[in-house]
Amino acid sequence: MIEIKNLHKSYKMGSNSLHVLKGINFSVEEGELVAIMGSSGSGKSTLLNILGMLDELDEGSYTLDGVPIKNLNETKAANYRNKFLGFVFQSFNLINYKNAMENVALPLYYQKVGRKERQEKALKYLDQVGLKEWATHLPSELSGGQKQRVAIARAMAAEPKVLLADEPTGALDSKTSYEVMDLIQKINDQGNTILIVTHEPDIANMCKRIVHLKDGIIIEDKKIEQIRAAQYVQ
Amino acid sequence: MRQLFDRDTWNEIFQSIRKNKLRTFLTMLGVFIGIYIYIGLSGASKGLDNGFEREFESIARNSMFIFSSSTSKPYAGFKTGRQIQLKLSDVDVLRQQVPEIMAIAPRNVKGIFGSEPGVVKRGVKSGNYSVFGDFPEFTKIATKKIYDGGRFINDADIAKERKVCVIGERTQKELFDQDEEPIGSYIAIEDVSFQVVGVHKFAGGGPFDNDSDIFIPFTTFKKLYNTGDNVSWFTIAAYDDADVIQAEKDIKATLRRIHKVDPTDEKAIGGFNLGEVFKKIFGFSNGLTFLSLIVGIATILAGVIGIGNILLISVKERTKELGVRRALGATPSEVRNQIIIEALVLTLLAGVIGIICGAATLSALGAAFGNGDFPYANPTVPIPYVLMSLFLMVTLGILIGLIPAQRAVSIRPIDALREE
Repeated sequence: MIEIKNLHKSYKMGSNSLHVLKGINFSVEEGELVAIMGSSGSGKSTLLNILGMLDELDEGSYTLDGVPIKNLNETKAANYRNKFLGFVFQSFNLINYKNAMENVALPLYYQKVGRKERQEKALKYLDQVGLKEWATHLPSELSGGQKQRVAIARAMAAEPKVLLADEPTGALDSKTSYEVMDLIQKINDQGNTILIVTHEPDIANMCKRIVHLKDGIIIEDKKIEQIRAAQYVQ
Repeated sequence: MRQLFDRDTWNEIFQSIRKNKLRTFLTMLGVFIGIYIYIGLSGASKGLDNGFEREFESIARNSMFIFSSSTSKPYAGFKTGRQIQLKLSDVDVLRQQVPEIMAIAPRNVKGIFGSEPGVVKRGVKSGNYSVFGDFPEFTKIATKKIYDGGRFINDADIAKERKVCVIGERTQKELFDQDEEPIGSYIAIEDVSFQVVGVHKFAGGGPFDNDSDIFIPFTTFKKLYNTGDNVSWFTIAAYDDADVIQAEKDIKATLRRIHKVDPTDEKAIGGFNLGEVFKKIFGFSNGLTFLSLIVGIATILAGVIGIGNILLISVKERTKELGVRRALGATPSEVRNQIIIEALVLTLLAGVIGIICGAATLSALGAAFGNGDFPYANPTVPIPYVLMSLFLMVTLGILIGLIPAQRAVSIRPIDALREE
């Protein structure tokens, strides 16, 4: 599903150049649930941004679902993001003047899906995350965990090839974190490919594979025995 | 283009406009005031224009009064200070020599210019009123509205020196009881009995007009007051397409020749040119229209710039939201169009409300002043002007929307998302 070869990325900071990613080789199969771990400054967020086509790579190649991702202009990147990727952010990033259903329907709007179908799909995905009754509520009326579940529903609504989650539990308490992870595991069980950036070991252990980044290179890449989050959720 | 006709686009826009009502309101205020001022001012100046027109509708636009005075220069053996007397025979000469003349009415009067007014009696009632000796031709220059059943002096009255008169509204009120029919009855002017043939409705026009004026045939006046062929002044109307100022000059020159006055003597033959005054008045209201155009456009411009300014702030505030939209697959052109359409909607909405309020104000003003003494009637703004101002707003709205739109697009989604 994802194929990355010899990926380099550096940022120019005035006259200095900061080499963030120093040759990453990495591939993800369909249906995997991968945790990308590392301390801050290890390059994990940069990697996720490049995977999410929010940032460009300097060197190397990136192939997503057989499509080489290169020479992107903004319009093309936007279309690819819309078609291939779903994003879940640490700070949820719901649009605060749209209710839950409208938020979930937003990527479908940019996919030019018709209004009625959009609403049906949005409700379906809200139902999946258990928030169908909250469809007409604004984000300000939802708890943190509920917001993140709406955000996950929004990411899933576009039916992406890969779900990218940047610290999805970073702003949540541990009980809510497990609820969200439970949801992510269930989505993964349906065969969806998910990448999670996290620095919390217990969250990482709920994935099926952990990739450890340090100073811009992968120092460890192992498959693990998944801990189910459901056992922590009543 | 697809975006423009998509219901969802409009939903998106109205949601983001509704999100911040106060800001939207303040944004629109600038454009609203601009178009409101424009509509108000240009409508008011049109109202003044119409008002002047109404005020002077009873008198020909390019008319003038020509009168005589004493000479200020010696000429042809005559010494300075000779009183010049206009004569009835001048009329034929003027007609011949000055082709611009459409109508010429020699007039005599008792009651103004220092002469004693006529003494008018009816039974026990009496009063002093100005009495004019007139030709029917006078009505070609200054229309006299005569009440139903009456008439003005006609050619037969002149020829037969009939003792008939046209009285004013006030004369009727003062000499007749309310339910009395004046037409056909008799009044005594200077103890001579005159039959009333008409009552004129007062319409201000000439400088000496009054609602009590009494008109009698010129020839009868001549006999009554023993004025011979003397004429107090000529009321003259030039043809519509004639140059009134040149006509006035020609008329004066001709009269100077007839009465043996020095051609450079400005005092002996005097004139009051209404045409010239009208030109000035209408020049003034044209100027006012132009001024309102300039002020209106400038205010609209300021308002639209205000919209652009607020949208820039709004884009800055919504950086994160726009980043999220981009991450979810909004293309740069979709984001750009959304902001341009937002600018356009705000501008147009404010503009249309401004036009409606402006029109309401104008009609209120029209109702308040339209029937009074103030020269103000039927204030309107021509539809092409309104359309032009709308077009201007649309153009400016799009242009000004481009700035925040470009800015919104220039922020990379990754930077937008990073911003907390």
